Amino acid sequence: MSKYLLNKFLYTVDRDPELVERYRNDPQGTVSWWEAERANVILNVPEMERSTWLTFTEAEREALATHDYVTLFGLGCHNFLLLTLFIALFERDYDEPLGFQREFAARLSHWTLPYPDIST
Amino acid sequence: MATIAAVIASTHHPFYYRASTSSGADRPPFADEWVAKIESFRDTLTRAEPDILVMVGSDHFHQLWLDNMPQFLIGKAPFYDGNFYNEEREFGLPRMRLRGHEELSSYLLRAGIDAGFDLAFSNELRIDHSITCPLITLRPQVDLPIVPIYTNIFAPPLPQPRRFVELGTTIRRLVAAWPSDQRVAIIGTGHLSLELGGPRQFGPHGPDPEFDRKAVEWIASADLDGALAEVSLESLWLPGNATHGFMDFMLMMAVAGQSVQADYVDSLDLFHTMEAYFTWYPKGEGQ
Repeated sequence: MSKYLLNKFLYTVDRDPELVERYRNDPQGTVSWWEAERANVILNVPEMERSTWLTFTEAEREALATHDYVTLFGLGCHNFLLLTLFIALFERDYDEPLGFQREFAARLSHWTLPYPDIST
Repeated sequence: MATIAAVIASTHHPFYYRASTSSGADRPPFADEWVAKIESFRDTLTRAEPDILVMVGSDHFHQLWLDNMPQFLIGKAPFYDGNFYNEEREFGLPRMRLRGHEELSSYLLRAGIDAGFDLAFSNELRIDHSITCPLITLRPQVDLPIVPIYTNIFAPPLPQPRRFVELGTTIRRLVAAWPSDQRVAIIGTGHLSLELGGPRQFGPHGPDPEFDRKAVEWIASADLDGALAEVSLESLWLPGNATHGFMDFMLMMAVAGQSVQADYVDSLDLFHTMEAYFTWYPKGEGQ
């Protein structure tokens, strides 16, 4: 399991306005491109010095490619990164203020403590 | 020696800026009460007539990341830009630029390391809403130089609560011993019970009002013994999955001094989380 890499995806997409839109409109393609081109780039290191070992599991890839934040929560993604990016993706589709945030909570309502471990 | 003009602890609700600047149909019903409370709170800093602000907060995965995560970090730079694209996007926060106080940063780094804290440092730090929000509420003219101090309340493994307390005690002692005639306010923000990205988020109140009631009592009386007896890294998951930010309040209780009653206490029960505001005036400053 690669919680770190899931978080790295959420983090690097969330901080880039173009990537947020690309992930909203084409999740499958964005995840494939990102895993091939960006997953191994160390963020404060020149790209030619990239890592060689970071890949998603099939379940992780599928959860990202289907915007499945319930599964991503269960996989131990960092709760703040998950919420922040998914607000950016979907809040705009809801008429009521906090409509998306409340649906997010409701869809996780089967979870009781302890929540999945977010340690990396 | 420097004067500690005020010690201030509060929550840092990122929606305050938007709520307080909105009008007409966009203005939420609680905005006027919230603004009145913030203006009253702001007076407690203004009265202290500070020259420098030491600002304790926590980066929310903006500049600091899991490939290189410091536990405690002090900024040392002549300027700090403030707020990030995703804070503009989600909260409507403005871009800001603040002056730094490099001399006090250097002093705190050297003396803090020598006191047993292996502090990380940054010479180019963009600060996020954990520090810009209290500036917006307490010093919106942002005319004073700052020293930012970041703690990791966010990315496990975290330091133990007692370590936050020890750092707070150390900051207080070091600032008081700084050879300077400047008046320093020490300001820190944290969380009461808070859930973000979980099933208890964005309810009508904070996720654990009973924890909030106890926490406000602990903070108002700087009851570190009481807080340390009940709070652990494990227990802080219970009131809400973002409640580890309470450790920044514990740090500030230690800055205020064990069992020193706050001179100003206020709170506001908002949707989603409770807001809380505390000011201490060491040695009768500002009263």
